[in-house]
Amino acid sequence: MIRLEKRPQPSQAWSLATPLVAVLATMIFGGLLFAILGKPPVEAIRTIFWEPLFGEFSFYYRPQLLVKGAPLVLIAIGLSLGFRAGVWNIGAEGQYIMGAIFGAGAGLAFYPMEAVYIFPIMVIAGAFGGWIWAMIPAVLRTRFGTNEILVSLMLVYVAEQFLASVSLGLLKNPEGFGFPGSRNLQSYPSAFNAELIEGSGMHWGVVAAFIAVIFAYVLLRKHMLGFHIRLTGEAPRAAKFAGVNPTRLVLFCLGTSGALAGLAGMFEVSGPAGQISIDFNVGYGFTAIIVAFLGRLHPVGIMLAGGLMALTYIGGEIAQSNLGLPAAAIQVFQGMLLFFLLALDLLTNFRIALRKPEAV
Amino acid sequence: MDLSAINPVLLIASLMVAATPLLLAAIGELVVEKSGVLNLGVEGMMIIGAIAGFAITVESGSPFLGFIASAIAGALLSLLFVLLTQYAQANQVASGLALTLFGLGLSALLGQGYVGVKPPQMGKLDLPVLSDLPVVGPILFSHDPILYFAIALTAGVWAVLKYTRAGLILRAVGENHEAAHALGYKVLKIRIMAIMFGGACAGMGGAYISLIRVPQWTEGMTAGIGWIALALVVFASWKPWRALLGAYLFGGVTVVQLNLQAAGVAIPVEYLAMSPYLITILVLVILSADKSSAPASLGKNFHASR
Repeated sequence: MIRLEKRPQPSQAWSLATPLVAVLATMIFGGLLFAILGKPPVEAIRTIFWEPLFGEFSFYYRPQLLVKGAPLVLIAIGLSLGFRAGVWNIGAEGQYIMGAIFGAGAGLAFYPMEAVYIFPIMVIAGAFGGWIWAMIPAVLRTRFGTNEILVSLMLVYVAEQFLASVSLGLLKNPEGFGFPGSRNLQSYPSAFNAELIEGSGMHWGVVAAFIAVIFAYVLLRKHMLGFHIRLTGEAPRAAKFAGVNPTRLVLFCLGTSGALAGLAGMFEVSGPAGQISIDFNVGYGFTAIIVAFLGRLHPVGIMLAGGLMALTYIGGEIAQSNLGLPAAAIQVFQGMLLFFLLALDLLTNFRIALRKPEAV
Repeated sequence: MDLSAINPVLLIASLMVAATPLLLAAIGELVVEKSGVLNLGVEGMMIIGAIAGFAITVESGSPFLGFIASAIAGALLSLLFVLLTQYAQANQVASGLALTLFGLGLSALLGQGYVGVKPPQMGKLDLPVLSDLPVVGPILFSHDPILYFAIALTAGVWAVLKYTRAGLILRAVGENHEAAHALGYKVLKIRIMAIMFGGACAGMGGAYISLIRVPQWTEGMTAGIGWIALALVVFASWKPWRALLGAYLFGGVTVVQLNLQAAGVAIPVEYLAMSPYLITILVLVILSADKSSAPASLGKNFHASR
């Protein structure tokens, strides 16, 4: 009979190993899934994980890794702070949309003027858009005790409707022949979030993601606030006695994650996406939840996890065109990864022991 | 704008149809939460139920078989949640999210061949005299059987929770799992059954959307109804009849905004479409002051070794 014994301390080794084991398990079961769909499993896995990095067209795909990874890392870093403290912001998708709308709106307000200060204003507006959207669940939780999970999620649907509304109305391109969607920011130099080095995929969003990783690392390791965040998550009673102010903590965690998600949306709309359109958001806000967990809620881990997730996005697209793998299969693949990760976490906190015959 | 085009009798009748998926999912989740488990995967189980029910109905030609399949599919997916939270001791919030993300992906994968297909319709209740009555007929006596089943289920859950020994044990496990364990109740077994019941209900709620309310299959068609169902359980203070009331209220909001869209009210369509979500938030805020009726062990994992 197998029995679980609680470890006195979570195992450090397993904590590092579980993401790797989870990725391996996902590859095996994902391969099985692809085989059931009638696709060659080994070929599919190779296409997803190998092709973008070392394949024939890797010169095109490698920069994409940064482009797709940056928003994921940026959002996941913010989310991880809250998840550590037991503050569940799962509406990052909505904050991402609002950041994009605010950022693009601020830029388009200056059109067609050219000035160096336009882009910084857009950055601030984007962060503000995400921040204010996250402040709604934050204030409702601190003021009325409303569940932030449900409120932040409801606001995703509200943001999606708002996005549809502005791309058909307020921000619609007046020269767009009546098509929905805003002016293309890529053809407006002052607002264009261009690649910093040609062909590298490196835009300001990538820089911001790296800064966020460093900022979060320092905050969690060296700063009192970071200590309070960790304390609240790991030992809520101890945090209470230590005089942690829960209201400030909730406001900080939700506010930061909102602002970072808003920034991600703003960098996306002014760079790779180029314009506000009805189908602007592609689910980065939800995938970032997987990234945050896969990275063990640790800044460096999140950076690596973001890269891996970006890889599955790009590899998935290649597999779609080369092998005819359905787009949804990649979504299932990503969901599976989260499952294995959560299940294998068991090994971090528990030891599997064989039950000894009980003495009577 | 022509508000006179809105027929109040038809409005109430369609409100009941709009409310049924919410009611089914909420009643299921209510039982789950009463047992002390918070399953945030309702949306995922609903959408799996929606595609399973749709596919089986199209293949077999029988909506009844479809509904049974949707319940089985929802329960099967909830078993994954059982595995994670009850055996692997994983965080319930994260596991619920995983269930939703996985369910949305899997349903999109399964549903590829079913986009644009029209499912066979389920027959409606047709009593000789009663269904033809002027106002009462369309509202009370001419719906599909699942709508009546949902109401009967509400009554059943209420009666079981309130009057039976099984209900008392379920509530005991939800209020204090340590004490229930000490009394010799199988906490794990009871919770697993509750979670599977919730999964089956959510699955049927999903199938109701794809088979009766819309009826069609599109990716992500549950559009947050699972999450509204979760909010509804809070709204209902974990009481079945109040869940019914809440579901009809939200169904009413949805139907009224659709009718206003059709009537061409001066408010833009997008703002009307936001309204159910905004009203959910508003209701949550109003009701969040009172937390006393929540099961005391809600969201806490149980492991017998402690």
